[in-house]
Amino acid sequence: MAEVQLSDQNFEAEVLKSAVPVLVDFWAPWCGPCRVQGPIIEELASEVDAGKVKVGKLNVDEHSATASQYGILSIPTLALFKGGQVVEQFVGVQSKETLRAALEKHAA
Amino acid sequence: MPEQELYDTIIVGAGAAGMTAALYAARRAMKVLVISQDIGGQAATTNEIENYPGVDFSDGPSLMNKFKAQAEKFGARFVFAEVQRIEKGTDETNKPVFSVFTNTQSFQGYSLILAYGLTHRHLGVPGEKEFGGKGVSYCATCDAPLFKGKTVAVVGGGNSAVDAALLLAKICPRVYLIHRREDFRAEAVLLEQLKQPHIELVLNSEVKEIFGDARVRSLVVCDVADKSKERKIETEGVFIEVGFVVNSKIIEGLVELDERKQIKINLNAETSESGIFGAGDITNISHKQIIISAGWGATAALKAYEYLQKVRGFRGVTIDWGLAKKPTVLATPTDPAAAKP
Repeated sequence: MAEVQLSDQNFEAEVLKSAVPVLVDFWAPWCGPCRVQGPIIEELASEVDAGKVKVGKLNVDEHSATASQYGILSIPTLALFKGGQVVEQFVGVQSKETLRAALEKHAA
Repeated sequence: MPEQELYDTIIVGAGAAGMTAALYAARRAMKVLVISQDIGGQAATTNEIENYPGVDFSDGPSLMNKFKAQAEKFGARFVFAEVQRIEKGTDETNKPVFSVFTNTQSFQGYSLILAYGLTHRHLGVPGEKEFGGKGVSYCATCDAPLFKGKTVAVVGGGNSAVDAALLLAKICPRVYLIHRREDFRAEAVLLEQLKQPHIELVLNSEVKEIFGDARVRSLVVCDVADKSKERKIETEGVFIEVGFVVNSKIIEGLVELDERKQIKINLNAETSESGIFGAGDITNISHKQIIISAGWGATAALKAYEYLQKVRGFRGVTIDWGLAKKPTVLATPTDPAAAKP
């Protein structure tokens, strides 16, 4: 499954009210490391079990309300939401392995 | 049981050096694995590259993704993971085999190319780690826009610190530039631009601690000569630009390092350990540039190929550069012992 494009508008429905854990990649087009993280996120999204977890991307430039609500001050930030709460957060480029492990831990 | 796979060469790192090594090794028909946490390394964090010959202008990520695609085109495999440990062993014929371990997998290689570059130097002060992602940043070009309208501080005295201060000064009402010395190492043309009323230079000072709640609120600096002389600075951002260091955890004891923990290589990109090669910023070369790293990556791959020919009688593609019409002749091994039937 492809990653979900998140926005200020759909964040509540797609992330906060999601029945499964959601990994959110907070990124911006001007940020080099974010563009390194992007393909890793896409690969991860295509490999995970869509029935158990979800992977999404939020552009902090276009959707700054959500980004500032969660106090995003460094990008990329990868936040894992479960039941509407942030249960794990990573700052800086993360390997697919690290992210997959976090998703599996919280999907259980 | 962790996955075990055998490669002709395992390249650790996917910056300019590692990916060029992957391209050259793959074009010699070597079975190539690249293990890296990211793609492009430091080059991918820059938005402007104007000094890579043949490329008028590119941003870092685009150029680095081209490096990757080209290496993959010739068969190199990439794995996104952090290397935890490297072990040297031997196979049944008593020839060296290197085992590379990640969190969940292990891979074996007949040769190894270390090219994982440098990482950000940290200040090592209380609050720095705690407020990572909460106001402490190591990438001004990434995070500056998130501090628009806020008071911020930059730590460092080189070009990257001054660049960061100038970038932030465009969008922030107050910028402190904290530097351990009186003089800056940055270029004069940049220093001239620092003369702006809302940029304050805090010289001969070092950061002692960073404070905050859910995010950074202030920091305390002290005088370098007299540490009892302290000053509190209210700030919401701390941009740390104090250079780069080698993360030597996985190579300590494996290969010889210099006093800066950089891998010592010779003109053949060979390290102190036979079968292990080094390339790019992680080595003791003098200039950290994309083209130079790429050049060393190519050297390391070609020398790894020669090593495999000598030690294992490896027969890959011996003539490159599209000269396939000429009869293929195995390059004569330079080691007379290896030439014996």
